[in-house]
Amino acid sequence: MSENQPAQPAESFEPKVVALCCTYCAYTAGDLAGSMRLEYAPNVRIVKILCTGKVDAILLLRAFEDGADAVYVAGCALGDCHFQEGNLRAIQTVAHAKKLLAEVGLEPERLEFFHVPASAGPLFAQRANEMTDRARKLGPNLLRRSARQPAGGKLAKPPDAHPPLPQAKLGRLVHQADRTDVSTGGPAAPGDLPTGVQA
Amino acid sequence: MIVAQRKPLDQIEAMLAGFEKILIVGCGTCVAVCMAGGEKEVELLAAQLRMKAKLEGKPRTVDEITITRQCDKEYLDQLARFVAEYDVILSAGCGAGVQFLAERYDDKLVLPALNTLFIGVAEGPGTWSQRCTACSECILDQTGGICPMTICAKNLLNGPCGGTNHGKCEVDGEKDCAWTLIYRRLEKLGRLDLLEKIQAPKNYAAMAKPGRYSHEAFQQADTQE
Repeated sequence: MSENQPAQPAESFEPKVVALCCTYCAYTAGDLAGSMRLEYAPNVRIVKILCTGKVDAILLLRAFEDGADAVYVAGCALGDCHFQEGNLRAIQTVAHAKKLLAEVGLEPERLEFFHVPASAGPLFAQRANEMTDRARKLGPNLLRRSARQPAGGKLAKPPDAHPPLPQAKLGRLVHQADRTDVSTGGPAAPGDLPTGVQA
Repeated sequence: MIVAQRKPLDQIEAMLAGFEKILIVGCGTCVAVCMAGGEKEVELLAAQLRMKAKLEGKPRTVDEITITRQCDKEYLDQLARFVAEYDVILSAGCGAGVQFLAERYDDKLVLPALNTLFIGVAEGPGTWSQRCTACSECILDQTGGICPMTICAKNLLNGPCGGTNHGKCEVDGEKDCAWTLIYRRLEKLGRLDLLEKIQAPKNYAAMAKPGRYSHEAFQQADTQE
């Protein structure tokens, strides 16, 4: 869908935008935007992450599957990554995820990577507005109708205080419900028996 | 390792037309390392297939399982209690894995999710290149550890040919001339004398398809029985 198409009626559609912000730059810029009393779109849900290099394509796809209208990853300026090259990895990951979205039939413009240095409070607000406007122009993400969380930013389950380290789950069946049902709260934790399998 | 690449989603969608319950079976060995059919890639593919079905209003359930290897019966047996529930199995293994899976569960349609490319090495993150054509008679001892059967476009055993062009190949100017590489390597090793030896014609019968091999230890066990 191109941006030339007429925008959806604004009053009927409030886009849900997810911003994955790195602790050191974009999130600090968000703090600064707050301290500067800058106004930006309230549609943006900020997720603080240690480094944008941690972002995996599946996280971005899941955000859209769960009904986000736009997602952006905001990281440090080139050469400023606290972990040397995390933002460079994220740029590659976002480019890959855009291709995956296009294959599925979602507009890749719904996903973007931005450099937001820690000192750039106004830029943080500008990017938030930019992505919200873009989502408004593109219209609602049709996947939201069937998403496991129809509205709001509530978590399906409280976060683990001590999350287990990721480990390979070879030979274990993962049911679609484990990925999509709100009742199961996402993929089963390692050590749990897969759904439908007798002990 | 065996290097593979995921098929375009449109192609996979076309294969899956008319099927509702899909089991994607990943492989945790070669294709997991080359980021084509391991646990993560299976999760990505499942998410894509779910999203596409929802957008097009098609009913579809996609379950996922990744086993250690699809080229060993022991691991394929792990799937026995699940396969009956599905309309179709989408294998994210290499060509060998798909076939072995289809052979083990021959009453179920097994479809390939990958295109298998070659036996190769990881050049760097995300890039692989071919190193071996499995010719069954290795001559790397004669060629400084560089395979003319794979790197040379003409499979020349006594090179270079007249088409070598300042270290590049006449067939494809982007590719290195295998025999220039071999010369430089042997020069570095002080073994240029190896180039004076004429290689006998290759025994192509040794790489006749389909190959089959039994380990010596097991051959002896057979004859003593």
